[in-house]
Amino acid sequence: MSGEDKLPVLALLPRRTTDPQPPRPRAGNLHPDRPRPARPRPAVPAEPRPAPPAPVPADAETFERALAALRAALEVEVARPRKAPDLPQPEEEETFSPVGTPRAMRRPGPAGAPARSGAAESRPGDDDGPSRRDPAPRRILSLSLPRFAMERWLRHLARGAEAPPEDLPMALAVEGPHGPVIHATNRAAEAEGVHAGARVVDMRALLPTLRVDFADTGGDAAALARLVLWARRWCPWTAGDGLTSAGGAGLVLDTTGSDHLWGGEAAMLAEIEGALAVAGFTARAALAPTRGAAWALARFGGVREVCPAGAVETRLAPLPVRALRLEPATVQTLNRLGLKTIGDLLAVPRLSLARRFSREAPASNPLLRLDQATGRTAEPVDPPEEPPRFSVQTRLPEPVEDPVPHLPALARELCAGLAEAGHGLRRAVLTVYRTDGEVASVTVATSAAMRDPAHLVRLFDGRLDRLDPGFGFDLVTLDAALTEAMDQAQPGLAGEPHAAEAVARLVDRLSGRFGGGSLLRPAPRARHVPERAEGWSPAMAGALPPRLLRLRVLRPLRLLEPPEEVRVLYAVPEGPPAQFVWRRQTLRVSRYDGPERIAPEWWADRPGTRLRDYYRIEDHLGRRWWLYRAGVEGDGRGTSPEWFLHGVFP
Amino acid sequence: MCPSSPEPVPSPAPPLSPPVPKLPDRLSPARVSRGPDVGPERPPGMLSEVFATAAMDGAPTGFVLASLSGVTAPVLWVQDRLSRREAGVPCLAGLPEGLEVMHLKVSKPLDVLWALEQALGAAGLGGVIGEVWGDPPALDFTATKRLALRAEARALPCWLIRRAASANLSAARERWRVGSLPSLPDPEDQRAPGQPLWSAELFRSRWRAPAAWVARHEPGRGLVLEHGTEAEGGAVADLQTAAG
Repeated sequence: MSGEDKLPVLALLPRRTTDPQPPRPRAGNLHPDRPRPARPRPAVPAEPRPAPPAPVPADAETFERALAALRAALEVEVARPRKAPDLPQPEEEETFSPVGTPRAMRRPGPAGAPARSGAAESRPGDDDGPSRRDPAPRRILSLSLPRFAMERWLRHLARGAEAPPEDLPMALAVEGPHGPVIHATNRAAEAEGVHAGARVVDMRALLPTLRVDFADTGGDAAALARLVLWARRWCPWTAGDGLTSAGGAGLVLDTTGSDHLWGGEAAMLAEIEGALAVAGFTARAALAPTRGAAWALARFGGVREVCPAGAVETRLAPLPVRALRLEPATVQTLNRLGLKTIGDLLAVPRLSLARRFSREAPASNPLLRLDQATGRTAEPVDPPEEPPRFSVQTRLPEPVEDPVPHLPALARELCAGLAEAGHGLRRAVLTVYRTDGEVASVTVATSAAMRDPAHLVRLFDGRLDRLDPGFGFDLVTLDAALTEAMDQAQPGLAGEPHAAEAVARLVDRLSGRFGGGSLLRPAPRARHVPERAEGWSPAMAGALPPRLLRLRVLRPLRLLEPPEEVRVLYAVPEGPPAQFVWRRQTLRVSRYDGPERIAPEWWADRPGTRLRDYYRIEDHLGRRWWLYRAGVEGDGRGTSPEWFLHGVFP
Repeated sequence: MCPSSPEPVPSPAPPLSPPVPKLPDRLSPARVSRGPDVGPERPPGMLSEVFATAAMDGAPTGFVLASLSGVTAPVLWVQDRLSRREAGVPCLAGLPEGLEVMHLKVSKPLDVLWALEQALGAAGLGGVIGEVWGDPPALDFTATKRLALRAEARALPCWLIRRAASANLSAARERWRVGSLPSLPDPEDQRAPGQPLWSAELFRSRWRAPAAWVARHEPGRGLVLEHGTEAEGGAVADLQTAAG
């Protein structure tokens, strides 16, 4: 042991836990219609708590320590006398007062009933924020997709009708510093000893029949981001948990308050694993009050483990320290110190851990990870975007490919909800959740807040053709992505809508069909170069800018964009040319008015820009044009000036 | 809309549309034209086609905007790509005062027709202008009939500006051919062009006999149609009043 690893290692202290009950025996709740057979996982003994299952190689010492820790924890929990008579309820006493960390939560009510601590029993000295958190326990679901990259690749092959046989060893490789290294494997390859991180040439020597393809890690990240959205079918708060170096991926879902929609937590876990199996992904799920605990139980715990609120430390105690999301170097350090399980780590005084690791990053700070797992430190789920407040959905018994028949009912329901809350819709998103783990969505926008279901349905006309339904979807949601407060408006006596409202709906339809930048409203700018004074703003933007003062000089009715150069046939010293060619037709100037000199905007134009002398001319056929000369002779800004036709007068 | 409506009341409104507003005074005959041969009352809303005698001429635009003068509700102006490219886009600084324009840029003539139909189905607009370049196959008799019926149902003026086009079969209730004429002399500058004049030829109409006029836009009166001699006389009178 090196000197820097020295740590006051204590013996395994008897640890009190709040949940003395033994692990519940889990019924075999495999999803009935899951197409894949049960995963080959080592048989898990029901009692006592299992050792970490595969792919961790069974370590006899680790197993023994885990058993000892668990046994001690359970025994002490049963045999421990109530102490600290000055407190009305048993408190979770720490063996050591941590540095900068409050004491553990006290439960003033009956054991197990969470409540916010009042001021009566809180001591002023050590009472501060983090220990008095939200009493309603969160329920965090962690999903581990251990073969995400490989299964995505297999799915891609199967769509191209090139699905390899199941027993063909396959691997995905990425470029390493000394040649390609294995990134992900399938079961057959793993059974032959091919493992992630090994060099491809070594594995080829080991297994000549290994088929190696290159991994698409960028595509994996994008697919995971889409899967995060797809996971919103179960609960609104979902986030990605990153890709692993071995081709796996993770998801984290905050399912607080959502489980009853799925018939309880165990049924929800089974449903999630079943739906992901249909999409082609092997998944392991676990539910716990904290993100860290759920992560550990999903990867190192039993099948579909559900950890109740008070049992986090008991459940985590037998797991290896790797389950704390620590870096391998930190895990190795801890193992060298003899801390093999989380129970070992929990028994170490906090001060010692803090002294040794407090300056480390989160991934190598066991104390922080421990606090996150036990709930001392908050670690919320951070979804990529906030779930919409107004959302309705239709769940279909069979996958279909056309969302149009479900749209009117969804629109009615959404608009009823908006009307109840006094809101109007500005942007709506129709999302279909495909059975292959993808989402597709179509967004429509309105120029003014509205909640008319018929208009909402009409906005989707022709837009749903671009929706890619894949091989069918079984869930359609309609979200109000952007809403505004909107008051009730009294329609006219004949029932017709207001004029402004009718125009706003026309703007919605036209902008929805031709794009928001196609329908424009005037927004003149205070510039004096004519084409810069022409400001148009999208009609979807709503409010118009204030009108500017009108010019006293005549302006054309139409402008050519950009001004078109004319070829002068017959120049005269003063005024416009007597004859010029524009678009291959010769125009003779019969009358003209001008010049009107417009100087360049020195604050916007580059130096050397020439001024313009505008003439209003009438040709021999009576047509009236707006002509200008760029520059004057001898202004030192180029050769002889050129003439441009810029506008058309009526 | 439908003359074969089962209702005995001879109402110009379709059964589903809101009641037709009263005839706006901006389109009363005294406003539209002066002279003895104005004919019967002009319907408030209908499909009118304006053909440009020269493709790049600005006269049709001025003619249409003059006939829409006095409209306070927004006007939707739809242009296809070729019209924008060849004849230019609306210039904000030069539009008549008080006219609120919504400008829609589309790429194909079919989209112009679709947008016009949508706009004619909506309340709250004061008029609709569509610009179509050439003779696209989409702009056939059926398409113009749809527009014409919708415009009459909504009592909304719908103007179709056609450039580089031939006057094929169409259901437009009025068809004009408009070109520029040499303008009136400017009372302050003899060399400068003054008030613009247009030659307006109504070569097909449902509500009056075809005729040809000299048209001009007077700020207080809107579109003024006169016969050539009257126009010259009026111009002389205007000049005299301006001088006196």
